[in-house]
Amino acid sequence: MQRPPNVTPAPPPFELDGVRAIVDAHRALDGPLLPILHAVQARFGHIPEAAVPVIAEMLNLGRAEVHGVVSFYHDFRRERTGRRVVRLCRAEACQSVGGAEVAARTLQRLGIGWHETTPDGAVTVEPVYCLGLCACGPAAMVDGKVVGRVDAARIEAILSEAGA
Amino acid sequence: MRVYVPRDSAAKALGADDVAAAIRAEAERRGVPVEIVRNGSRGMVFLEPLVEVDRGDGREAFGPFRTADIPAFFDGTLAGLGRVEEIDFFARQTRLTFARCGVIDPLDLDDYAAHGGLAGLRRALAMTGAAIVAEVTASKLRGRGGAGFPTGIKWKTVLDAEADRKFIVCNADEGDSGTFADRMIMEGDPFSLIEGMAIAGLGVGASKGFVYLRSEYPDAIEVMNAAVGIARDRGLLGDDILGSGRAFDMEIRVGAGAYVCGEETALLNSLEGKRGTVRAKPPLPALEGFLGKPTVVNNVISLATVPVIFEKGADHYAAFGVGRSRGTVTLQIAGNVKRGGLFETAFGMTLGDAVDTIGGGTASGRPVKAVQVGGPLGAYFPREKFATPLGYEEFDAEGGLIGHAGIVVFDDTVDMLAMARFAMEFCAVESCGKCTPCRIGAVRGVETIDRIADGDTAASALLTDLCETMRDGSLCALGGFTPYPVMSALDHFPGDFHIMKEAAE
Ligand SMILES: Cc1cc2nc3c(=O)[nH]c(=O)nc-3n(C[C@H](O)[C@H](O)[C@H](O)COP(=O)(O)O)c2cc1C
Ligand code: SF4
Repeated sequence: MQRPPNVTPAPPPFELDGVRAIVDAHRALDGPLLPILHAVQARFGHIPEAAVPVIAEMLNLGRAEVHGVVSFYHDFRRERTGRRVVRLCRAEACQSVGGAEVAARTLQRLGIGWHETTPDGAVTVEPVYCLGLCACGPAAMVDGKVVGRVDAARIEAILSEAGA
Repeated sequence: MRVYVPRDSAAKALGADDVAAAIRAEAERRGVPVEIVRNGSRGMVFLEPLVEVDRGDGREAFGPFRTADIPAFFDGTLAGLGRVEEIDFFARQTRLTFARCGVIDPLDLDDYAAHGGLAGLRRALAMTGAAIVAEVTASKLRGRGGAGFPTGIKWKTVLDAEADRKFIVCNADEGDSGTFADRMIMEGDPFSLIEGMAIAGLGVGASKGFVYLRSEYPDAIEVMNAAVGIARDRGLLGDDILGSGRAFDMEIRVGAGAYVCGEETALLNSLEGKRGTVRAKPPLPALEGFLGKPTVVNNVISLATVPVIFEKGADHYAAFGVGRSRGTVTLQIAGNVKRGGLFETAFGMTLGDAVDTIGGGTASGRPVKAVQVGGPLGAYFPREKFATPLGYEEFDAEGGLIGHAGIVVFDDTVDMLAMARFAMEFCAVESCGKCTPCRIGAVRGVETIDRIADGDTAASALLTDLCETMRDGSLCALGGFTPYPVMSALDHFPGDFHIMKEAAE
């Protein structure tokens, strides 16, 4: 029997009221923009284009300014990810124990490149530069869960669990 | 019996959560009363998950612990490692900053206080701001984030600045590969950081603090948020710190995956909700920092070391070390190494001792070819430089830097041209874009190294020129120090650049 892929539920559809509520909840902070963007992404899985003017107006910022912030940071996504996000460390400590080979094999197995999602929407693979697991690399993070000493078998288990 | 199973993310990455769940299930099945404490890590990552048992006469260690070990563990037939404090890697350390890490339950404030916690803050509460700053100055503590700037001098600048608001900002961006000390202390002893920030606030006259914590550390974010909540509930933070009538509160802020935001002015921009570009200095953040107000920006380890300085006294701390590097260095031994982990020791140990004696050489069993010290902007050292003592000036004299004290070990299969290329590529990906030598230079650097790889040996002169331009023309150390790993790779390992030794000389 094939196990159903174990994945986090899809984020709710985007709606502007949700964004307004998030901005309201954070606007009293000193420097509220990053916490707001994180909250929007946590709720909707990405930063929808339509959220930018709403955030800008409510914080009295220019659209271009908010846009500039969203585009500056690697974390903020313009599009939804696959059902599961696998982040593979590309930094030096993981390279020293074969991280680059693990990454290459993973991308090849899925037939995608960095930052891409498999056509069936199962998995997105992203590079990450250090997870602080440098004495037990190669390191990965699967939907926020840390995994150490990743090898071919481990990756295969992660991918098949994700239904890829 | 009481069983300790770390909640540290390195332990989790190696299966600690499964181990904890399986121990709980087996205890229930056997009807054995077991109290499971999710402690921080002792730092011996090579032994994680490291389970400890306290049957009333000290803590016995087992590791790396597999779920398959559980029956023997309960039967009392599983071979252990003996007392955890007697394991060689641990016994050789001088633990000041990390004294409680792995020992206590990270979120138990009473456990914290029972192990020396809050003694420093209580002492500081009876001192003037100037006396607090003088104590830090006397400890000779230097910033552990990379630059090694004397912490007391920075605090004095903020203390002397007149302003309606001042801030303490903790730099928990820890982006350097090979480093995890900040993560470990935040996950394993979060109150030490909170206490250190509160003392900093009292010292310079700031009542608000922020921890800028990288998003790559969800476990640390969770622990820090929980610890701040507990600290508020218990009156360690808030309007009336420990009943003193003095105020200090703090927030945890999450970064967004930009390496350059570890640079203090980029960090401040990011905290304000802007793009994380580097600001020109002056003005110093100590005078015009967060929201233009005087701000102390310190690394996690710098701040988490403050409580022990106040608990044991500045002189006690300053008595350790070598030359102008006083106190302890929290080495992170990482990469292709047999015994990797956190090793806290007085400054002065040689690099070779750290790699060979403590680390035990490579994990692969092959010869060590190179080690990178100080993160992606640090130099690669060949074995010939292993006699270098770990100290700021000592490393500088050898063309390297200690940085955040991460050591990444590589065996003889590493291609140093590929590592030099990676350094340039990393700089190109992470550049904040403000200066041309960094933004464009790093891209040219990758191309130039590719030319060398294709056999164009003349391109190495070009690479040297390019590195000089980057070094001289960059506003911050991202562009300015990327030449360290690149040039050290080229200088010490010319063979990997297809340059015959004779031709290079
Ligand atoms: C590109 C770049 C990245 C940096 N990353 C960090 C970091 O992740 N953590 C840190 O504490 N300091 C980092 N620094 C150093 C900070 O700019 C600053 O010197 C430090 O936070 C000051 O704290 P300290 O005096 O306690 O070390 C970085 C510097 C540069 C140029
Ligand atoms: S050196 Fe690079 S990262 Fe630093 S300020 Fe210049 S462009 Fe930005």
